[in-house]
Amino acid sequence: MKKLLPLAVGIAAIAATSGAYATTLEDVKSADVLKCGVSTGLAGFATPDDAGNWQGLDVDLCRAVAAAVLGDSEKVEFVPLSSKVRFEVLKSGEIDVLSRVTTWTLTRDVGLGLNFAGVNYYDGQGFMVSKELGVNSASELDGASVCIQTGTTTELNLSEYFRLNNMTYEPVPVETSAEGRSAYSAGRCDIYTTDASALAAQRSGLENPADHIILPEIISKEPLGPVVRHGDDQWFDIVKWTHNAMLNAEELGVTSANAMERSKDASNPAVQKLLGTADAGLGAQLGLSEDWAMNIITQVGNYSESFERNVGAETPLKLARGLNALWTNGGIQYAPPIK
Amino acid sequence: MSVSDVSEKAPSSLGAMWRDKKTRAIIMQIVAVIAVLLFFGWLVNNTVSNIENLGIKVGFDFLWNTASYDINQTLIDYTANDTHFRAGLVGLLNTLLVAVCGVILATILGFSAGVARLSNNFVLSRLMQVYVEAVRNVPVLLQILLWYGIILHSFPRVKAAEPIIEGVIATNRGLFLPQPLPQDGFGWVWIAFFAGIIGSFFFRRYAKKALDSTGKQLPVLWASLGLIIGLPIIVYFLMGQPLGVSMPELKGFNYKGGFAIKPEFLALWLALSIYTGAFIAEIVRAGILSVSHGQSEAAHALGIKPSLTMRLVVVPQALRVIIPPLISQYLNLTKNSSLAIAIGYMDIVATLGGISLNQSGRALEIMLIILSVYLFLSLSISGVMNIYNERVKLVER
Ligand SMILES: N[C@@H](CCC(=O)N[C@@H](CS)C(=O)NCC(=O)O)C(=O)O
Repeated sequence: MKKLLPLAVGIAAIAATSGAYATTLEDVKSADVLKCGVSTGLAGFATPDDAGNWQGLDVDLCRAVAAAVLGDSEKVEFVPLSSKVRFEVLKSGEIDVLSRVTTWTLTRDVGLGLNFAGVNYYDGQGFMVSKELGVNSASELDGASVCIQTGTTTELNLSEYFRLNNMTYEPVPVETSAEGRSAYSAGRCDIYTTDASALAAQRSGLENPADHIILPEIISKEPLGPVVRHGDDQWFDIVKWTHNAMLNAEELGVTSANAMERSKDASNPAVQKLLGTADAGLGAQLGLSEDWAMNIITQVGNYSESFERNVGAETPLKLARGLNALWTNGGIQYAPPIK
Repeated sequence: MSVSDVSEKAPSSLGAMWRDKKTRAIIMQIVAVIAVLLFFGWLVNNTVSNIENLGIKVGFDFLWNTASYDINQTLIDYTANDTHFRAGLVGLLNTLLVAVCGVILATILGFSAGVARLSNNFVLSRLMQVYVEAVRNVPVLLQILLWYGIILHSFPRVKAAEPIIEGVIATNRGLFLPQPLPQDGFGWVWIAFFAGIIGSFFFRRYAKKALDSTGKQLPVLWASLGLIIGLPIIVYFLMGQPLGVSMPELKGFNYKGGFAIKPEFLALWLALSIYTGAFIAEIVRAGILSVSHGQSEAAHALGIKPSLTMRLVVVPQALRVIIPPLISQYLNLTKNSSLAIAIGYMDIVATLGGISLNQSGRALEIMLIILSVYLFLSLSISGVMNIYNERVKLVER
């Protein structure tokens, strides 16, 4: 027995290392579908519509990656994930990219072996309470029961905030946003806390949204963005530049409606580089075709189109661009140039 | 050459070795062991190398990092400043709490229902049959969710709740009860309690001796109750009632003071007990039925009272049949308690296996810990129950 073990392990080691790993890009291409991890259902970010088609800001990012890589924004398999399991599922390789209101933190970026490919929504944590409680500020929340989704940064911020303000609370952990809504409306908790954008989404899903207010305090920084695994730089680049392409398109005024036309306009080299008509070989550097960004913009749209369609003023969430406006409009969305 | 000659001689060639039954069996076993080891070696190696590919560390050091999250039900002191290890411990204690309470309630329910099913009362026995069949055939996870839903939606909200009796308030945030606060001198009541237990133990031995030598029956039950309950009560009053009480009061958002049983615990406890109780009822019924009718008839013929017949003749024999499957029901209950997470009860799977795992990303290490914990729990339960089984089983002479 004692002699068998090293032998077995030794053979296994050879067996395991001899097979070379396929890159994520190769995997996605050969499967001809992108597996994208999203929320189990969060209005504006990722939720299936009545016809079963996924919609949302996070969903659009998945579609954009599929458009860039496979030329077709419909070639996405959406994998709904709870906040708790999302990283393990990504690390195991079951999904190719995680686009699920995920906050970029050092631990996640480094300790969990992940890479954040950008920030598609700058957010911060807030509180929602029922109006009838008569609460106007987060400093009046001592002793309350608070619904929180487990496996989130929300949990950590909450604990810190109450401790620093010498307040106590009863945490009521829930697994999904749907469970959270039901616990909150049943009165299991007084407060719902999560990213402010998600609060707006959750409020829109309550029976009488007007009966609930979102308190003014924002207690944290929550830069939300798409995530990939460590160890595949090419794939990391592809996801990163997909997001950047959408931002650059907005900055250059390129939309899904005018992209075709603008690509022929030789007077604007930046637009032509973005849309792959400048023969700059940018797509090839990413391992993609030259019309990668053209596909993103014609099939999904630029960042502003995606924002307004999913979470903007015309939607139930009614979110203002705020921090998420382009740097040229007073926000902090700033993409490195495509050249 | 006869066949027996071949096996007596040492096998000379590979072919001969293969034809020999014993050697062949050994070879096969070695091959099987190698195959299993290879498979596990491959699994472990693959996992570790995959993890290293991602640039993640492997090890248990993270257990000493700050957990940074709060837990709503803690049997030991715990704050967000404590370590992941302690958060895991808090979870483990919550697991144990619901398992122990569940085993007790399931046993009571199961024995009552099992006996009631055999009762001559038609309505009662049918009712128990309905209970057993309905509950056994619905997945326990659904039952947990159902109980939680019932508590959440049918109990009043905190602000709307009226006390049932003074200091007892049932709300959908929990059952609030007055909490006894032991004061100086209460230690003596505990001492009296333990002394009562020891005393009743000796009294039982004495009563048994008396029964054997004189045939006289002493009132063991009443004497034990008097010692275990009566004695502490007397001491309690002698010491001048050294017990304060903290009453739950509505302050701000929630009840403060008193003692709270969380709805998550209540739902999980009820669901697990009722579910496992149905299985135990069947085991008990089968156990009682397995004792031949002749036994009770014989006891009857000897003039033993029916209540004593049950206790002295039927139950001890039925227990032999009941205990082994009962052990596996206790194990099932303990393992099913890991479904706690579905309703946010903070057991070890929810704390260490949920939040700590999510925060630290150490899936492999944490799963190893949790697997070992459940393995240890299961082995302990069956160990203890097996000792008990040894004692009640048929003594063969
Ligand atoms: N940004 C935070 C929180 C993310 C999170 O899980 N937010 C909730 C807000 S309700 C959510 O998206 N839930 C959707 C779901 O349950 O699928 C993090 O990355 O930890």
